[in-house]
Amino acid sequence: MSDTPVLRLSGISKRFGPLRANDDISFDLKRGEVIALLGENGAGKTTLMNILFGHYVADAGTVEAFGEPLPPGDPRAALDAGIGMVHQHFTLADNMTVQENIALGTQSLWRARLDRTLARQRIAQLSADFGLAVDPAATVSTLSVGERQRVEILKALYRDAGILILDEPTAVLTPAETDALFRTLKLLVAKGLSIIFISHKLHEVMAVSDRVLVLRAGRLAGERETASTDRKELAALMVGQEVKPAEVSPATVGAPLLELEGVSTAPYNGAALDDVSLTLRAGEITGLAGVSGNGQAALAALIAGTQRATGGRISVAGREVAGWSPRVALDHGVARIPEDRHAVGTIGDMSVTENVIAERYGSPRFSRMGFLDWKAARRFAEKIIADYDVKCPSPEARIRLLSGGNMQKLILGRALDPEPAVILASQPTRGLDVGAVAYVHRMLLAARERGAAVLLISEDLEEILALSDRIIVMSKGRLSTPSARGERSIRELGELMAGHSGERSDAA
Amino acid sequence: MDAFEILFTASFWVAVIRIASPLIFATMGELICERAGVLNLGIEGIMTVGAFAGWFTVYSGGDLWAGVLVAALAGALFGLLHATLTVPLGLSQHVVGIGVTLLATSLTYFTYRLVLPEVTSPPKIESFQPLAIPGLSNIPVLGEALFTQTPLTYLAFLTVVLVTWVLYRTPVGLAVRAAGENPSAVEAQGISVTGIRMGAVVVGSALMAVGGAFLTMSAFNSFFFQMINGRGWICIALVVFGSWRPGKALVGAILFAAFDAYQIRLQQISGGIVPYQVFLMMPYALSILALILVARRASYPKALMIPYQKGER
Repeated sequence: MSDTPVLRLSGISKRFGPLRANDDISFDLKRGEVIALLGENGAGKTTLMNILFGHYVADAGTVEAFGEPLPPGDPRAALDAGIGMVHQHFTLADNMTVQENIALGTQSLWRARLDRTLARQRIAQLSADFGLAVDPAATVSTLSVGERQRVEILKALYRDAGILILDEPTAVLTPAETDALFRTLKLLVAKGLSIIFISHKLHEVMAVSDRVLVLRAGRLAGERETASTDRKELAALMVGQEVKPAEVSPATVGAPLLELEGVSTAPYNGAALDDVSLTLRAGEITGLAGVSGNGQAALAALIAGTQRATGGRISVAGREVAGWSPRVALDHGVARIPEDRHAVGTIGDMSVTENVIAERYGSPRFSRMGFLDWKAARRFAEKIIADYDVKCPSPEARIRLLSGGNMQKLILGRALDPEPAVILASQPTRGLDVGAVAYVHRMLLAARERGAAVLLISEDLEEILALSDRIIVMSKGRLSTPSARGERSIRELGELMAGHSGERSDAA
Repeated sequence: MDAFEILFTASFWVAVIRIASPLIFATMGELICERAGVLNLGIEGIMTVGAFAGWFTVYSGGDLWAGVLVAALAGALFGLLHATLTVPLGLSQHVVGIGVTLLATSLTYFTYRLVLPEVTSPPKIESFQPLAIPGLSNIPVLGEALFTQTPLTYLAFLTVVLVTWVLYRTPVGLAVRAAGENPSAVEAQGISVTGIRMGAVVVGSALMAVGGAFLTMSAFNSFFFQMINGRGWICIALVVFGSWRPGKALVGAILFAAFDAYQIRLQQISGGIVPYQVFLMMPYALSILALILVARRASYPKALMIPYQKGER
């Protein structure tokens, strides 16, 4: 029994236009097994699972569940066959209760009355059995992200799923919620479920899976027993070569390029800035560490020009600039890599070409006498696509069709051309896979080599430590004194991040 | 009689309920469509179709209830047209809705001219008669207002109960509400979003047409041009006013009808001094005011007006 696969995929292929999302992928899933589907963003993991679940129809290949072939393009058939899917973007109706969301579609549509008692009892039973605490009467919009995920898992269990697919389940969770999820998964496997765990995070894959399948550019690049592999090998399989951490040469610090003197702002996505002074010098990466919500967003918005200072002065290359705005910031050579690439960094339904000229469409480079020069714009887009190895169907593609990593490469390409003096990088690698992270790091270091001043804002302390020549910790809208590379230990930085220091904040 | 005393006469409230009835039908119809995520701007035209279809069935010798049925079917047909264009084809709901209204209205007028080329004054039919409910109709004012109406009015109130029950108590209602909030939730649970949305638009349109039929079969007893007179648009506002909830929308319909009935009576009292257009405007002005006060905090169905395409990234 345990040898027969509960799920068998054979020769699955799927194209989106010229993009090969899945190319002849085959694998088996055994009962009680956890398979990790590992791959960079855009490697085709989500596409494969959407085919399995019937959201997409494959161009070729078949899916068998429990020995029976699954009709393509029919989520109902997948559900009935015992496949449950927890999507990356939750499929919950926010205005309805937990119970209603779970019961949706489980009772005949033409019943005169929804059996709420049955639903409530069964949910209570499942919650207790699997330790998935959630109030069935609560409206989904009031739940935390972790709770919503539990509802999604309950939805699958409610339908007696034997196979559970989790698409990037930890991307939206806090570390504590992630631990709770992993405990739940162990419990599910113990009860005989099989799990496909999709991720691009190596340590999670190592922690939860029995077997790892690595996808690269739509193809199955390798298969390993988790017990007999390590993170290094998996990372190499994922990106197709050995991943080396970026080499850092000593900094040659030059003149101050951007200076903030005693600036304050209104609160912005968290704390406000309170009398902050900061100097960014040529040829130096300044790392800004801190728990998010402590004023990093306000600082980034201020430098980008989207938020006004309520006090203080901003100077560029030693001269004070009045009337700081996004336009003025750009004109003074401040390049921005925004924290939220979907909401702020790009306009999803516009093309790649339109997006790459979005910051400078009015410049003589892309316009003539008030008319856009589409040829120049397209050339620029093509240049970025080639130089930064962006995987996208064409410069005409809507940018929201791109994976996060490719979107970020386009934003980098847009920001770094033509060689800006100051680079504001907010969470530049958030949600990116190993290969893309290394790439972004190399680009930031290259900019520093040629004398740009870089402000790196990140919640990832490892990233801050690896790249920064100077580290400043932000807490409650104020800055700590700066420390040179290697000067403060992780523990000391952690204490500063928690706001445990009484140091007066002046980082001049 | 002064302006204030009107509010305490039974005849005023009888009129209010009568004026509210067609609005209740059509508002429930629109509410069902919007709850499933489809804005149906075909409402004005579909009401016109219903008004004509019901009236014409009776005029050609059909039974009154057969007229209601024909009106509902005619409405469902135009609903199907609207749904086909907006749901599986995903076309703009604004453009399709206005198109359906223009098409349905002109087709109706054309048909009317075709079957009755010679008439100058609209022919009357034997319409629904008031049916007093024994006992209940003897209650002063309230009983008289509610229980001396035509059967179609009773049906309107029954519709509100039914729509509430279906939306909140049945599996299919759950699916309709989910389709308007997050269609991918419906799809992920193995239900066809297209099926649910099309069904909702067809049923909703049938209700709108019955609302139109009320005007010819229970109020004016004849069909004439421009008779819907913007009632469909009012119903769209009433759905918003009711925060997409049947009960609240019913209150809105009665409130609007009360403004309307009141302004007619006010005209009779002080029509000599104030131009009558001021009174005509009153219900609309008050509706806008009520919308501002009530609907600003309304939580609308999140997927309203967003077409759903299966398998789109």
